[in-house]
Amino acid sequence: MVTVPRRTKYGPQRPPTMRVAPPRGPTVSAPDLDVDGLLDDRANRIIVCCGAGGVGKTTASAALALRAAERGRRVCVLTIDPARRLAQSMGLRELDNMPREVSGIRGTGSLDAMMLDMKRTFDEVVEAHAPPAKAEQILANPFYIALSSSFAGTQEYMAMEKLGQLHAESVRAGRWDLIVVDTPPSRSALDFLDAPERLSSLLDGRFIKLLLAPTRGPARLLSAGVGLVTATVSKLLGAQVLRDVQAFVAAFDTLFGGFRQRAEATYALLQTRGTAFLVVAAAEPDALREAAYFVERLTADQMPLAGLVVNRVTTPAASLSAEEALAGASRLDPHDSTQSAVAGLLRVHAERVRVQHREARLRRRFAAAHPTVSSVAVPSLPSDVHDLAGLRRIGELLAG
Amino acid sequence: MSPRGSTDHSTDWPGVRLHVVTGKGGTGKSTVAASLALALASRGKHVLLCEVEGRQGIAQLFDVPPLPYAERRVAHGPDSAAGQPGQAGDVYALAIDPESALMEYLSMYYRLGRAGKLLDRFGVIDFATTIAPGVRDVLLTGKVYEAVHRNRRGKNHRQYDAVVLDAPPTGRIAQFLDVNSELAGLAKVGPLRSQADNVMSLLRSRLTTVHLVTVLEDMPVQETADGIAELHRSGLPVGGVVVNQVRSRALDDEDREQAMAGSLPREAIETDLVKAGVDVTPQLVDGLLQEAREHAERRALEDSQRARIAALDVPTYDLGRLPDGIDLGGLYELAADLIDQGMA
Repeated sequence: MVTVPRRTKYGPQRPPTMRVAPPRGPTVSAPDLDVDGLLDDRANRIIVCCGAGGVGKTTASAALALRAAERGRRVCVLTIDPARRLAQSMGLRELDNMPREVSGIRGTGSLDAMMLDMKRTFDEVVEAHAPPAKAEQILANPFYIALSSSFAGTQEYMAMEKLGQLHAESVRAGRWDLIVVDTPPSRSALDFLDAPERLSSLLDGRFIKLLLAPTRGPARLLSAGVGLVTATVSKLLGAQVLRDVQAFVAAFDTLFGGFRQRAEATYALLQTRGTAFLVVAAAEPDALREAAYFVERLTADQMPLAGLVVNRVTTPAASLSAEEALAGASRLDPHDSTQSAVAGLLRVHAERVRVQHREARLRRRFAAAHPTVSSVAVPSLPSDVHDLAGLRRIGELLAG
Repeated sequence: MSPRGSTDHSTDWPGVRLHVVTGKGGTGKSTVAASLALALASRGKHVLLCEVEGRQGIAQLFDVPPLPYAERRVAHGPDSAAGQPGQAGDVYALAIDPESALMEYLSMYYRLGRAGKLLDRFGVIDFATTIAPGVRDVLLTGKVYEAVHRNRRGKNHRQYDAVVLDAPPTGRIAQFLDVNSELAGLAKVGPLRSQADNVMSLLRSRLTTVHLVTVLEDMPVQETADGIAELHRSGLPVGGVVVNQVRSRALDDEDREQAMAGSLPREAIETDLVKAGVDVTPQLVDGLLQEAREHAERRALEDSQRARIAALDVPTYDLGRLPDGIDLGGLYELAADLIDQGMA
């Protein structure tokens, strides 16, 4: 029996900022992450890419999936909210919540790609598990509509649900031997792990039970306290809301167990040997802080961490210090056209070196606090990725 | 009105009391919100900077301990701002979480002592703040509303000339602010509903404006355009676009064109590098030329994004990329840049 770790009720608990790590010598460098080894190992059946929003997680997922496919695996990639052009590069034109084959894959492998439609996934689960009349009742309930289209954790919950479905299909039909999952662009990388538990524990929580009390009728609940509670909620939100929620809960009651069971099963699946987590970050303080939280959480939950991908790293092409470059630039005549151009070249270089130093410092700190986490740095490209060739290029850079 | 409202006419946003700052993840929206707060404080205003996502981003930017649900001073405006002592502005910060906001709301309007605890015990607070759709956002914006309108109620609280809200990201901003329609399908009556109506009337008024932060890349610019369209649809006031992390202009148009075409005069460059006192090797020159080409390519992409931003037809403000990263000193630099460009 697997228990999803309980959260305290006031949001995900962050570990204290002070890190406990073995003291290391002055030269701390993380072990290199062997991406091709990870993709080629047939025992790996699920790769989850997680990290803060805006770090290039979706692109990294797509690039990994493409590379795996071109190395002979039969891959399905579940993306959450891809940029329009990235979606187009994989031939995804609409959100139809179904994996579609990506054409143009080289070699014997295959790549299917899909975008998650959270509301549709939720609706489909309801339709699949409730009798038709009840399903109709649920789908029309105002509380359900709001919950399935705007609750902050629904996307994460549905990403988990979809992953469970894809995995079941891959086991049953053998259509895929690797599923690559992108995670929703949450404010916190931890939301992906926490939201399903949050939603299911709330749907299963005391207040919902309280609302169900009239239909279930345990008399001991009907104390003065309950009356006060429901009266206050009615007063705050209006009695209609309470009635909607009650109707929803009554209709949804038989589905709770299944939801919870599947979320727990998927959670357990994430803890097995066949799963690998890749934490994606940019070389920025916020993104690396999120990555650190996530690495610590994965370790605490005994989830298999494959390593860290640091995206869009700055790499100078010339070896000259920033100080020398700037000093040189200042010696040139700004009014001479070639000299000013050369001064420009030196300034462009100096900025790149300074950014590189800052990024390297941030990465060293991460490595010092997490010396066992393998990592790979992906140099930033001068242009955006919007076709398979671009994804292939990112894949090469990921493989080092 | 603001006691120092008379100085407002020199900015692009006269009379605005609530600056909402949004932006796609990774574009630096919290940095811009903090810089804007500092900029307003530099103009002698008393500013409250709020965050609502539980990230403690303000504390990290200002290098102070994590913020509680209480207003804490995090910065002074420069003393020279308003000339006289006592006239200098300051920045207070507040991390708003929905649970505390709800408990405060209940105790303020219902004097619920015991009942509040009881609600908590029955999981109602949890339910209302995490699952009941829209309620969470009404509570968060409701607290902001209270801070903006505080002086009118004349309570014994700190009063602010301006409130800067570090809001949820662009993809969610219209939904977050349009609390009315979020609640519409649900609470049709009741005090939370009227709270939502109050918040809405502030957000749609001339006291409020919503600024969007972007960087010059395809997806953030696309989200900015989508966000503006959504704000317009919801009748919410669109402010400026802050273009963050702008690359340096070290090479002029002609040099960049040549760099891209690979036609920069290599020999002349080598000669000038020697003049500059640099040890010239073929690898060094190759490297510099490659960096120049990549810089020019990136700049060309940025220029095309800039054209898309110009088409949005809103005031724009540029903030340069700080190669050494953001620290408190960097925030003051960015604040000065915003003032120079008329944002505050």
